[in-house]
Amino acid sequence: MGDGGVYMVLIFADQTGGQFKKTAFEALSYGAKLAEQLGTTAAALVAGTTTDDLAALGKYGVKKVHHVATETLNVFDAQVYTKVISEVVQLTGATVLVLAHNNTGRAIAGRLSARLKAAMVPAAVSLPDTTNGFVVKKVVFSGKAFANVSLNTDIKIISLNMNAFKAVAGEGTAEVVSVNVAADAPKVKVTSTDKVTGEIPLTEATRVVSGGRGLKGPENWGIVEDLAHALDAALACSRPVADANWRPHHEHVGQTGIAIAPNLYVAAGISGAIQHLAGVNRSKVIVVINKDAEAPFFKAADYGVVGDLFEVLPKLTEEVKKLKGV
Amino acid sequence: MKILVCISKTPDTTAKIAFKNGNTQFEESGVQWILNPYDEWYALVRAIELKEKDASTVLHLVMVGGADADPIIRKALALGGDEAIRVNTTKLQDSFYVASQIAEVAKTGGYDLLFTGKETIDYNGSSIGAMVAELLDLPYISLATKFEINGNTATVTREIEGGEEVNEVQVPVVVSCQKGMAEARIPNMRGIMSARTKPLKVVEPVEADELTSISSFELPPPKAGVKMISPDNMAELVRLLHEEAKVI
Repeated sequence: MGDGGVYMVLIFADQTGGQFKKTAFEALSYGAKLAEQLGTTAAALVAGTTTDDLAALGKYGVKKVHHVATETLNVFDAQVYTKVISEVVQLTGATVLVLAHNNTGRAIAGRLSARLKAAMVPAAVSLPDTTNGFVVKKVVFSGKAFANVSLNTDIKIISLNMNAFKAVAGEGTAEVVSVNVAADAPKVKVTSTDKVTGEIPLTEATRVVSGGRGLKGPENWGIVEDLAHALDAALACSRPVADANWRPHHEHVGQTGIAIAPNLYVAAGISGAIQHLAGVNRSKVIVVINKDAEAPFFKAADYGVVGDLFEVLPKLTEEVKKLKGV
Repeated sequence: MKILVCISKTPDTTAKIAFKNGNTQFEESGVQWILNPYDEWYALVRAIELKEKDASTVLHLVMVGGADADPIIRKALALGGDEAIRVNTTKLQDSFYVASQIAEVAKTGGYDLLFTGKETIDYNGSSIGAMVAELLDLPYISLATKFEINGNTATVTREIEGGEEVNEVQVPVVVSCQKGMAEARIPNMRGIMSARTKPLKVVEPVEADELTSISSFELPPPKAGVKMISPDNMAELVRLLHEEAKVI
């Protein structure tokens, strides 16, 4: 039992190189809201050394930050992290653990579930319904449906899907508590890291502009990039485009690529095969630009433009710039 | 080198998604079943490639499921692999229960490498590999895009937020596989013929807890319908995105 009553909510706030990810703020806000719903308090867990002011995490509604400031944890290893987080769960008496279902979350959520014998819901998209048990909605069938999953153990783990809950920053500072938990030496050695710099990571982007075969060749991507810059959007592409090496594979969204859920998804020259839709159908607003009025993508779109993308995209970019006064 | 590839059966990527019995069960009628694409294209094919490089490699497949999964297992064996093990159960809703069965098979088999797909395309849990790794107390590398092995040292490239990193680890290790690991293959006639005679062992499940249950399914609310905008009026599209949709 935690210090707030029956429940205590602990949020694992994931950071790299002293920087918190957007998904960490989403998880914190979700956890704080959940604590409010359950009539308890929320605390954060931060692993690794950081230069960030951890008390500032209080803005997202947590009262306490448990900090395991061990340098070993500056390199991510699923096995090591799982042990540390499990120990903090037990030390704090947390009964609900919230984490982001990003690449780190995917590596540890299952491990934590097995280690703590705790029911876990991956890719969660809602706060729990506690009227009859503890039921959380999750994405299934690659975004084509949802399942309501009942978590049937004392400790519960929620791995929150990206962009499913808005990060809300308010006022407040949190009390930072240093926690002394031993971290094992990792068995996995990181020999090199290659980060795309100067671009918004696709999975964290709130707006995404995507191009398909309709662009006719990699040399034409300038008009897609211009629109993306005007919108502060990340770049994406369809599978044929990545397979033809017009664009890098990490931009490929769809069933076999990355699944995204931005607020705005603009698709130019993409017909909208079901496998592509599986990766983007959780976008809040979809704009489809295609010269073929029969393109299946229009059925899944909110706004559609039938026209030549080589004319439409530059005009759209101009209008976006006008709106922003640049 | 002994490799275990975890495979599962999922509805075809184009299957119509519907539910029955008060939205508590997936409507299976008319659904085509396939080998989960991430398990097939990336985990299994990469394991087959490793066996092709080193003929002494032993490659086993494991599926947790009922007898209805056997045709899918035969299809996997037609691509490659020496034998398959099916853990005979229809209790498939809880990842921990399924992972416990795989961990048991892995324990008895003494494998150096365990491959899974990054997720199934029906449950989208991406949990099994992590759970199996924890149950066996093994290192786990998730979302791998490249895999090489040299002696007992595996070099694995994995996707991280906004990029990738290269990991080095000693076997045994559990790896979840995604695009980049290998190219999709289709089985040849010889593979299909030989698959019929490869051993498919059926074992009974061990006792394990089910930590979760699915109380119901739901479909997303239908889209309101697309609003068409003239290609000559991008000012209107921007206005709608700003004022109506409020996304810019």
